[in-house]
Amino acid sequence: MEELVAEAHAPSQLNPDAAPILEVENLQMYFPVRSHGLVRRVVGQVQAVDGVSFQLGAGSSLGLVGESGCGKSTTGRAITRLYEPTGGAIRFEGKDIARISPKNLKPIRRDIQMIFQDPYTSLNPRHTVGTIVGAPLEIHNLVPKDKVLPRVQEILEVVGLNPEHYNRYPHEFSGGQRQRIGIARALMLQPKLLVADEPVSALDVSIQAQVVNLLQDVQKEFGIAFLFIAHDLAIVRHFCPEIAVMYLGKIVEIADRETLYSRPHHPYTQALLSAVPDVRQAAVGGRRERIRLTGDVPSPINPPSGCRFRTRCSLAKEICAKVEPPLLQVGARHKVACHFPGELGHAPQTPVTTGICGVDAQGNTVAGQTADIQLNAPGYDTTWLDLATGQRTGA
Amino acid sequence: MTIPASEMEGHAVPPLGESEEGVAGKVAGRSPTQLAMARFRADKLSMISFYVSCFVVFAAVASPILVKIGVFDPDGLNQDKLNTDLGGIPHGAFGGVSWSHPLGLTPGNGEDLLSRLSFSMTYSLGIALTGTLITVLIGVVLGIISGFSGGFVDATVGRFIDLTLSFPQTMMLLALAAPTVLLIRKDVSELPLLGFLENPDLANGLFVVIILSAFGWPPVARVVRGQVLSIREREFIEAAKLIGASRKRLYFKEVLPNVWAPILVYTTLLIPAYISAEAAFSFLGVGIKPPTPTLGNILRDSVSWTTADPTYFFLPGIVLALTVVAFNLVGDGARDALDPKTHR
Repeated sequence: MEELVAEAHAPSQLNPDAAPILEVENLQMYFPVRSHGLVRRVVGQVQAVDGVSFQLGAGSSLGLVGESGCGKSTTGRAITRLYEPTGGAIRFEGKDIARISPKNLKPIRRDIQMIFQDPYTSLNPRHTVGTIVGAPLEIHNLVPKDKVLPRVQEILEVVGLNPEHYNRYPHEFSGGQRQRIGIARALMLQPKLLVADEPVSALDVSIQAQVVNLLQDVQKEFGIAFLFIAHDLAIVRHFCPEIAVMYLGKIVEIADRETLYSRPHHPYTQALLSAVPDVRQAAVGGRRERIRLTGDVPSPINPPSGCRFRTRCSLAKEICAKVEPPLLQVGARHKVACHFPGELGHAPQTPVTTGICGVDAQGNTVAGQTADIQLNAPGYDTTWLDLATGQRTGA
Repeated sequence: MTIPASEMEGHAVPPLGESEEGVAGKVAGRSPTQLAMARFRADKLSMISFYVSCFVVFAAVASPILVKIGVFDPDGLNQDKLNTDLGGIPHGAFGGVSWSHPLGLTPGNGEDLLSRLSFSMTYSLGIALTGTLITVLIGVVLGIISGFSGGFVDATVGRFIDLTLSFPQTMMLLALAAPTVLLIRKDVSELPLLGFLENPDLANGLFVVIILSAFGWPPVARVVRGQVLSIREREFIEAAKLIGASRKRLYFKEVLPNVWAPILVYTTLLIPAYISAEAAFSFLGVGIKPPTPTLGNILRDSVSWTTADPTYFFLPGIVLALTVVAFNLVGDGARDALDPKTHR
């Protein structure tokens, strides 16, 4: 039934004119660190997500990549409102759901669903597949009780499972099939946005392709927007026409697929991409240049001042410790948060952000100058800073 | 390994679909419950104990009927079969064993011991089972709420557990018995639907049930809370929250089925504990009073005849021990069957 050889699916294409279905602005998710003892005082904050902004078009997909612990999953969980965000706005179809009360959240739940990473813990082992997949209908009272089973079987067929298996338990299925059950549950409410939190990283490679193809199929069929969280850059490249790179709770670079993979401007993105093995390297010959980051990721409880990446960055200068680089638009659909953005080996010698941040090249405040643009807005402007000329240009 | 073609021809090869069906039928996955049942059945000791327990339960259910139709007579005084010269010791060997009285007679009163022991199961088991049910109910509900909510709620329930455990249970039981039973019989029985509590046996039984469950729930709550703490972090709980599940659904539909195993084990171990606790209470003079028989008050009565009629002393003790051991072994067997990773 399942294990068909995956057909080649073309990479998803970007539709730049799609109306935004989700706008995340300056999202913050802090977790309090409490002291031990009788009075558990708050002694610090884990700044898991700190000022993330992006825009996601209807029916489109945005990839969120970064190393472990950079806040990608937390972002996803804040957007689905499994967590209550500390700050910022999450505008879903124009309505801010960041502060909405749990009671008013129920209708939103129908539109935003999630696919979980681990298919072995995301299904209740004591429920049958029919109960698991039918639960959303029951909870939201969408159809009469006797119509639940036909709907369940219908959706099981959509995700490539045998509809006769509705009365089986999750442990009777393989990892890939379990993930399909999870996808079926998420599709049951016909959501407009699916947050896929590393949907394939717990599966073995041969199954990964099938599940990704399935996700592409359902995206096309139902026009669902995807927030695709992953650390596998190859799968993100295939699935997402637009990708955001996160580091320590912040987006460091966000761009369309072609720009990000061929001309990354942030030193962290460059390091991340250089870690991806490339089969074509053998044909070109020679060893590929691998950028090795030294040191550990700093603690999100006490992140570095200024640029969060500066402790591991080869380009870091004085300004990086003093001024936090804004997410600067440097192309039609390309934003980067770096004082020295440029392609690998072509980083500018002087910071390009001095005028925008109102500081001099050493990062000291210049009297009378202030930041002149809104720095952390989601989406893209019609004009941007052209790095070659240093002037603002438009399309 | 190769098979000669000639040999294969002899076998009719079933159509593909059919053979798959057959294989699927044989290797069909079994649910965790089915696997546990199979493990339980494979354990001889557990099965024997299970049959003994079933027999005890059967005796408890059947006795009132047998008493009603006159087969058992727990209260009939067969004075003619007692040796009044020896202070009421029954005639005959082993405390007056005969076909009409297979376990002999009680010395002094001359009641049929088999009838009394059998009928005592009705009260003893009734109290133990009711007490277990209420204990588990309180423990499970508080345990799930406490474990799932965490924070302030968890701390409050935790302190409440400490308070309950630090109460001197036996002292309370002895001190409160008389006034509480009086309260139940005089005032509580005035309430609508509770008129039956005027019956002293039921009032005394209710008092024992209340004491047992009021002090028995904390360990259940703790066990359940510990399980819930690990289950609430699993992703299927988040998935359920995400589809908009209510609190009630999370507690009782998502979490509860996953803590059934420890609850079941605890329940089966609680029943024998409560049977012996009830016997101990009756022995101390709290609870159901003679002539209504319970294991405890038969034992209490038999103690004064240890040297004069040892059969009467041993038989109730053996019955009590057998019952408690059988229920305990069923509990142990259930634990082993439900959690194959632990070994005795």
